[in-house]
Amino acid sequence: MPTRLARALPVALLVALFTGASAAQAPQSPAPYTVVSRDGRRPLPTRTFDGQEMFAVDDLARLFTLSIKEDTIAGGLTIGVRGQSILLSPNQEIASVAGRLISLPAPPARDGGAWFVPVDFVSRALGIVAGTPIELRKPSRLIVTGDFRMPRVGGRIEPLGAIARLTFDVAPSTPHTIAQDGNRLLLRFEADAIDAALPTTSAPELIAAVRLEGTAGISIELGPRYASFRASDLPGDRGGVRIVIEIIAKTTEGTPAPIPPTAPTDTPPLLDLVPVGTLRTVVIDPGHGGAEDGARGPSGTAEKAVTIQVARRLKAALEGRLGVRVILTREGDSAVGLDERAALANNNKADLFISLHANASVRPAAAGAEVFYLSLEEYGDEAQRAAGGPREALPVFGGGVRDIEVVPWRMAQAKYIDQSGTFARTVEASLRSRLPMSPRALMQAPFRVLVGANMPAVLVEMGFMTNPAQETQLASEAYQTDVVEGLVEAVIQFRDGRGVPAPAPVQSERR
Amino acid sequence: MTRRALLAIVGFVGAAALLWWSLFVALPRWFREDPVPPVTSAAPAAAAAQRKITATLFFISEDGMSLVPVQREVNFAEPAVEQARQIVEAQIAPPGPPLGTAIPAATKLRAIFLSDRGDLFVDLTADVTARHTGGALDELFTVYAIVNSLTVTLPAIARVQILVDGKEVDTLAGHVDLRNPLSKNLTWVKADNPS
Repeated sequence: MPTRLARALPVALLVALFTGASAAQAPQSPAPYTVVSRDGRRPLPTRTFDGQEMFAVDDLARLFTLSIKEDTIAGGLTIGVRGQSILLSPNQEIASVAGRLISLPAPPARDGGAWFVPVDFVSRALGIVAGTPIELRKPSRLIVTGDFRMPRVGGRIEPLGAIARLTFDVAPSTPHTIAQDGNRLLLRFEADAIDAALPTTSAPELIAAVRLEGTAGISIELGPRYASFRASDLPGDRGGVRIVIEIIAKTTEGTPAPIPPTAPTDTPPLLDLVPVGTLRTVVIDPGHGGAEDGARGPSGTAEKAVTIQVARRLKAALEGRLGVRVILTREGDSAVGLDERAALANNNKADLFISLHANASVRPAAAGAEVFYLSLEEYGDEAQRAAGGPREALPVFGGGVRDIEVVPWRMAQAKYIDQSGTFARTVEASLRSRLPMSPRALMQAPFRVLVGANMPAVLVEMGFMTNPAQETQLASEAYQTDVVEGLVEAVIQFRDGRGVPAPAPVQSERR
Repeated sequence: MTRRALLAIVGFVGAAALLWWSLFVALPRWFREDPVPPVTSAAPAAAAAQRKITATLFFISEDGMSLVPVQREVNFAEPAVEQARQIVEAQIAPPGPPLGTAIPAATKLRAIFLSDRGDLFVDLTADVTARHTGGALDELFTVYAIVNSLTVTLPAIARVQILVDGKEVDTLAGHVDLRNPLSKNLTWVKADNPS
């Protein structure tokens, strides 16, 4: 009888997990975790000691093939994993993992001869020595092991009158398709499984239900007023993707209702671009590279070497202090075309583009930093047309339509010229408090690398390589740090909407 | 008899001479429409070879931060494209101290031609890129010294496009977009002449 019960219990608990009972478990008998891998799913029960959820070490040993040896004299437990060992001591909130100390939220617990460890032991200790990724996901009570692709998917529904907006936040970003299949939409992910928290419908006329479909799909059952849909992908938080599906209702004549120009509720419109105050991706462009040295100083310092050094420092500073994603247009000393540099920024949907250069002059005395943004005069009418870009509704794969803004590639910058000006003035002011500036430090010019950038973009000349004193400065850590500090401050001010506003355009300054 | 015969021979020879003169000298002179003395046709040709126009050329200021306009006499030439050639030749020639030139040393003009739309194409040798300082400001000066000297001196030229070794180029040194013909732009020109 006890063996039958022991066999039936995990099955019962697994059923409970899949029927959604996990959200409302009793404190005495929490639902087990599920270990998922390419081999399948296996339950891992927990027990609660002093409010702390724990796994039995014996269960872990069985699932992860560990060897266990208890030291009866010292009272410790040695867990062997692939030739390495984890040492546990009673009443100690620390464990030694392959010689490294890690902390645990509680000391191990004992019940009779059995040892129990806090659930975090799996990620903090086993994850280090297992030789394969082990990810503990507490909210969904999952342990994902190996290269098992199981993105987290969180969904919500917003009823907006004639539209119901369904938003899925997916992390990490996973390729997916959306297709209509009769009276439902199928959202399929290129993954082994999904870890989904699905919404209950609040617009039953348009969305009857949202449920899991197969191992890595979501089925959106359509309501009676469904007419059409449109879908778009937006960058999500922390490398994720946000999928927005808008379900559009029929009017009484059976044609799709006109889309309200502004969302009738107070929720921010999800389809807008990045709102003010958010900055997700910055692209830094270290000028020149490869066979193209750029400017050269009298002692032989090459512009391409200085620009990559500063770019790396700036990347580290922006990532560390602002938590933004930073991409360099070249990682090493390689030749990259000017169009490719802008294309990289566009393809990564960067919010800012900063091109780093060092200047040169036939006059060795020339000195000082300069900030450039694009001038549009050289591009004539084409720039005017691009700035007021038309919108066209184009059909998308899987049905529905999507508003696509049509701007000629070579004129992408025209739309951002005012923002680029603000950012350039902000950079100029920020650098001016740290570095010697050129007599004319803020200029507009028809620079090729800027014109294709589909985001605010500036080009910074950090100083004159041909000036012997400035050559030494440009190669020095102190000067490079000043440049980086100035740029970081300018990026923060621009992000927070505190950029330097446009005065009368600076055309010329005299010394 | 002998005396009369002699008179007759002289009279015959005189008549023949008169006839020859009237046929080969008097009549052609009589029928020539617009006789132009050769002396007057040679004089204006010599004057045209000496005729000059005043061109505005652009050189780099002493601090290296701007272009400075300089008036220079260049040979008059016709039509406009030949006049443009004279101006470019003057602009790319080394100016001698204290002027600094934005055009890299040894750069030569390969060809020059004018389109129907008033766009002038200036084809330079590859020295203009190979020997460039690589500075963005210097690159602006190189481009706009050529564009401005032509458009300021010759109002008939609307825009100028620089070619290198006969081909369109993206930039000279990695900065200034040269895919389009460029119009006059005096942003980098310092108004007062320091010299």
